Amino acid sequence: MSAQVDEKSEPVGAQVVFSARGLTKIYHVGDVDVHALRGIDLDLSSGEFVVFLGPSGSGKSTLLNILGGLDVPTAGTVNYLDHDLTKFNDAALTRYRREHVGFVFQFYNLIPSLTALENVALITEISNQPMAPAEALELVDLYPRRNHFPAQLSGGEQQRVAIARAIAKRPSVLLCDEPTGALDVHTGVIVLEAIERVNRELGTTTAVITHNAVIASMADRVVHISDGRISHIDQNTTRSSPSQLQW
Amino acid sequence: MWAIDRKLLRDLWHVRSQALAIALVMSAGVAMFVMAVGAIVSLTHAKDTYYERYRFAHLFASAKRVPRNMAARIAVIPGVERVCPRIVAHVSLDVPGMNELAMARLISVPDNRQPLLNGVYLRRGRWIDPSRPNEVLVSESFAEAHDLQPGDSVVANINGHQQDLQIVGLALSPEYIIQIQPGSLLPDHRRFGVFWMGQRQLEAAFDMEGAFNDISLAISPGTNQQAIIDQVDALLEPYGGLGAYGRMQQTSHQYISDEIRQLSTMMRLAPTIFLGVAAFLLNVVMTRLIGLQREQVAALKAFGYSSLSVGWHYLKFVLVISFVGTVIGVIGGSWLEVGLARNYAQFYRFPDFQIRLEPRSILGAVAISVLASMAGAIYAVRRAIKLPPADAMRPEPPAKYGPTLIERIGLGRYIPQVFRMILRQLERRPAKAITAIIGIAMSVAILMMGSFGLDAINYMMHFQFRLAQRQQLSVVLAEPSSPRTVHHLASLPGVRNVQPFRAVSTKITHDHYLRRVAILGIDSSTDMFRLLDVAERPFELPEDGLVVSDKLAKLLHAKQGDLVSIRVLEGKRPTLNLQITGIVTEYGGANAYMSLPALHRSLGESEVISGAFLGVDESMEDALYQTLKNTPRVSGVINKNATLQSFQNTIAENILVMRSFNIMFAVIIAFGVVYNSARISLSEQGRELATLRVIGFTRAEVSGILLGELAVLTLASIPIGWLIGYGLCATFVLGLDTESYRIPLVLERSTFAMAAVVVMLAAFASGLIVRSRIDRLDLVAVLKTRE
Repeated sequence: MSAQVDEKSEPVGAQVVFSARGLTKIYHVGDVDVHALRGIDLDLSSGEFVVFLGPSGSGKSTLLNILGGLDVPTAGTVNYLDHDLTKFNDAALTRYRREHVGFVFQFYNLIPSLTALENVALITEISNQPMAPAEALELVDLYPRRNHFPAQLSGGEQQRVAIARAIAKRPSVLLCDEPTGALDVHTGVIVLEAIERVNRELGTTTAVITHNAVIASMADRVVHISDGRISHIDQNTTRSSPSQLQW
Repeated sequence: MWAIDRKLLRDLWHVRSQALAIALVMSAGVAMFVMAVGAIVSLTHAKDTYYERYRFAHLFASAKRVPRNMAARIAVIPGVERVCPRIVAHVSLDVPGMNELAMARLISVPDNRQPLLNGVYLRRGRWIDPSRPNEVLVSESFAEAHDLQPGDSVVANINGHQQDLQIVGLALSPEYIIQIQPGSLLPDHRRFGVFWMGQRQLEAAFDMEGAFNDISLAISPGTNQQAIIDQVDALLEPYGGLGAYGRMQQTSHQYISDEIRQLSTMMRLAPTIFLGVAAFLLNVVMTRLIGLQREQVAALKAFGYSSLSVGWHYLKFVLVISFVGTVIGVIGGSWLEVGLARNYAQFYRFPDFQIRLEPRSILGAVAISVLASMAGAIYAVRRAIKLPPADAMRPEPPAKYGPTLIERIGLGRYIPQVFRMILRQLERRPAKAITAIIGIAMSVAILMMGSFGLDAINYMMHFQFRLAQRQQLSVVLAEPSSPRTVHHLASLPGVRNVQPFRAVSTKITHDHYLRRVAILGIDSSTDMFRLLDVAERPFELPEDGLVVSDKLAKLLHAKQGDLVSIRVLEGKRPTLNLQITGIVTEYGGANAYMSLPALHRSLGESEVISGAFLGVDESMEDALYQTLKNTPRVSGVINKNATLQSFQNTIAENILVMRSFNIMFAVIIAFGVVYNSARISLSEQGRELATLRVIGFTRAEVSGILLGELAVLTLASIPIGWLIGYGLCATFVLGLDTESYRIPLVLERSTFAMAAVVVMLAAFASGLIVRSRIDRLDLVAVLKTRE
């Protein structure tokens, strides 16, 4: 199902959205330097579904945070289209996240005081060309539960609201950090189906972080990360549908 | 140190700024308590020992001229322990370096010894030598105001003769702890002094050989004071007795008692407010802290700490805060007390005024602050005690929210999401929001109380001295005089208007309520001296009947239309039955008025006057004073503007000092409440706010959510604070409604505005501090953590 290919391979003909070169990140924790990333070269193409696979502490979250404009590399460059993210200040990074990035977190991070629909509206109100909040909820099959508060929704439902919230602004890229990490298999699959549908129907470049190797089979490409480096990249010839996944 | 105590200290360090804010609010309450208790104890002690050592009399009576042997008859009234007859006279003075007139009250003292009652404390100099003429002791405050020393002299106009009074000593008396000229509401140490003079010389000067015109009595404890007053009045009646009265109507005693009353109102009110707010803050902080430490509580219990020792652990947390607050408060309160004592020294003259730092007040302060902090923490701590370890291991269940009232009534779609978050946040925990609002409202209220004193006094001054009494000078004549005196006064240099009056001492009775009142008959053809109603409208004196001030009406339990019985204490001493034909508004004293012709008619006398109000051309004032100094019939001159000026310089300054303290305390409260509310909200919503930052909200937008909540709380609290402040001022006014004066419940618009602005600024400042914490939110951490 998967074939070993060259590290810098990329689908032919697609536009490059992200381009990282020599990405290095060093954290100073107390007196110790932690090398989270040790020189990453990577391109992500438009519409691509990429899974970053690796154990805890491998640096995959750091990579995602840098791509999402939450963190800046110690060295190296990362370009979003023709913008160099490393040159952005805090306000520019905020604007970048606001306009181009959709985040999905492991623990959903919904606003408990807002209903499902309002959590989505919170984002559409500050975006340029958002979809209607109801439409975003339709995409994750939660329109009927639009008026429920987070405390009234199951974990899987909350995560789907979070996905709707992330994609309602029509982001260029959807970044998901362990989106099924807090869910059981059944609900995890439903959430993955939602992510997959967004990627397929809206063509949003999607990056999912996981340490669950099974999920990798639904991606176009699987980037294996360990110890701050890309160990290898798998190119899937076919993407599995989430419903086929078992773990 | 036990490990669990080390945890306590580190936890405290972690919330140090919140803990300090609470400790400061506490310390403000403790400081006010310590100051008030200390001042009450110091004043009461100073007063009581002074009264005892210097034999302050219980009853006082004046008359025109009483034969000496009557003193012995008064002394044998059952219950009377001691009597002290003397001569009291009022004269005008010519003091070197002073153009205006000063007035003096001359009091006779026995030639070689202390008087039996109302002893004189010699501060400096020596006692009077009866063999030398015209030696006097002068009251210390007057001497200080003129820099007079033993050896100096002043010129007195005694019965038409200019006499040099040789000052041989500076003195104090329990009768004049505060020294106020009769007929004036305010102390003016420059223009009124008390002088003690040898008895024989005063007898000679005023033609009083073998007689007296004033007598003081000491009575046995437990005797019926009113019965003795009645007998004294009966005995003095043939000699022009003006009615005996007790200490409660003695000016100096009245002022001191009022001060002590005011302090005890402050002692109760201020700590209640401050410690109440501190208790609320502790409740909020402890609830949050214990909520965040659920897992730790569970672990402690799982390892075998008993529920009670866990509870004690958190109580100690609170006790440390209240200990810090108490220490700051006791130090601050003692410092305030020293400042207050310095203020007192300007007004109240004691031989020895010691600040007493009462161990009892410190114990009391510890007790009230510990009680308040316990009350604040007990609810939260009880939750820690009751938490079953297995439950505590799990994080707190997620918060439940629902649509707010505004949305339920269908206005929801007009509200942006962010504002919706704020509203639901507030509505989910109404108790927390309401207590925060009340806390901030309290600081608004305290600010209003701080300014209220100034507002009220300014209004009183404006009403009494600008609207009602528009004369510059009040001239009191030694004896009732013929109307020709009016013409004489009118002819004096610089006098523009003369409004004559007749003042007559009376006792007014209604039902069984009796008051000694001087009825003032006013010539209403000129309107310098006016009577006003509560809306400041001039009140036309009716042709007939008696007009009383609202205070007198209240004291007599009388209303318009009631008949009162008036016993005149002068001249033919008739008894009149008059109807109350009007009630006027006044803020000082209990007074009664009649039209001048009606008073003359009632007294059955010709058109005699006892004084006049003068309108004066200010450029001619000096010449006028020179003439008045040489006018023998004048026994008193009250210069309104000068008195007001001296009042402004002293009291107003003190009020400004008090007001700045109030502002400081209110800012501490506002800051403490807003800062703590913000920190708690930040702690509760930190994860949400960080999430919003991650998904693209700017710092400003995220701060807006948190600060918006504070803004809503602050704005909501302002009108409530105005209401509470108004209520507190009203309480204060009630607590200060005394016989000597009544404080109007007047709050200027600027006071409302100032209170709101100061609180908003304090809230804004604490918002800015919390905002800097929002800027430092760890965005990456929230992606990985569950709260």
